Amino acid sequence: MMAYDMSPLLLSLKVASISTFFVFFASIALARLMSRREFFGKSAIDALVLLPLVLPPTVIGFGLIVLFGANGPLGSLLEDWFGFRVVFTWVGAAIASFVVSLPLMYQSVMAAFEKVDPRWENVARTMGVSEWRVFRTITFPLAWPGILAGLIMAFARGIGEFGATLMIAGYIPGVTETVPLAIYFAYEAGDMEKAAFWVIVISAVGIAAITWVNYWRKKTAVRIGRE
Amino acid sequence: MLTVDFQKSLEHFELAVQFRLEDEIMALVGSSGSGKTTLLNCIAGIDQPDRGEITLNNREFYKEGKKPLKIQKRKVGYLFQDYALFPHLSVEENILYGTSRGSDLSHVTELTNILGIQKLLPKYPHQISGGEKQRVALTRALAAKPDILLLDEPFSALDDGNTRRCQDELMRIHERWKIPVIFVTHRKADAERLADRVVRIEKGHMTEQL
Repeated sequence: MMAYDMSPLLLSLKVASISTFFVFFASIALARLMSRREFFGKSAIDALVLLPLVLPPTVIGFGLIVLFGANGPLGSLLEDWFGFRVVFTWVGAAIASFVVSLPLMYQSVMAAFEKVDPRWENVARTMGVSEWRVFRTITFPLAWPGILAGLIMAFARGIGEFGATLMIAGYIPGVTETVPLAIYFAYEAGDMEKAAFWVIVISAVGIAAITWVNYWRKKTAVRIGRE
Repeated sequence: MLTVDFQKSLEHFELAVQFRLEDEIMALVGSSGSGKTTLLNCIAGIDQPDRGEITLNNREFYKEGKKPLKIQKRKVGYLFQDYALFPHLSVEENILYGTSRGSDLSHVTELTNILGIQKLLPKYPHQISGGEKQRVALTRALAAKPDILLLDEPFSALDDGNTRRCQDELMRIHERWKIPVIFVTHRKADAERLADRVVRIEKGHMTEQL
């Protein structure tokens, strides 16, 4: 097999890592807010976060172009203030990954928090510790296996994002060419060998991620005494 | 002194309780779903009553129309049914969880000696027996020097021998600490052996016995 430029893999890893980093904090903050507070518009926020699960990626891509395009409200703001463009850059790909992986992570985090027996949190509160410490030392560590599974799913979804990425970031070899885009355009060009190469690479990354998660969950389960 | 006088609507009836408790041991008996745990939860601050008031040593835990005192500020030691030990922390970390760094821990050392749990300190909750969990949970509930101790079915998972031993230990601790203790039990014998006062709750209404 001939040697290929590895930049699509490096770009995919970069895009998925950065989007997963932000997805992690956003989903935890959202899940905490949604599970503990009642406020006007809560259902609307919930629906908005989950919407990308049921929408075609092209609709998400279209929405992102409307928002971040040169004439879009956020796009023009970023360009005016920072001279920074989102469309046709890797940042656009990262934003597309963020939007499609957030609902997966959000659902995992909500489920993980719900699994934490409230008695543990209540017993900690009776001992006089602050809500932040209860979260940091009880809720979060006990929800960690579920959060970790969500992180891996979010990362895998981010690395595999295609439709919305193509619309907002386009296909610019070396700039916005992620692995899924490389596979599609290699296939379109009739370069089956190159397409197969990237299919094998992306599958290997996926298998490695799942294997690592399973190993880590077992290890964590033993450590927190659930086995 | 603990003063409790409140009402709270539950699914099928209204819980209405009224009593005062000095530094005594009070047993709460009654069938399942009669409101015993809800009463403990209202004192601890996990649940809130609909009306009335709860005070401990002149500190208002709850008063109708006012913001209830936060759980964290009530200084309540609560031993939950099934103990609710933190599964990811060792026995020692469980016990010291509510204590602040640099604080005097001589009472904790004394408790671990009285309850014979020194050897359990490095272990995790899943590595110890039901009776050991009960003693660890009791030590944890007392480690933050609470002003009141609430015990929800503390002996339900223990055999007769362990129950008797734990009751003896509880009485010894109470003699030293002199704080109000309320414990929920299904077994009349436990109530009679351990408690200065026995209160029966049925469908939300309490009657005092003895």
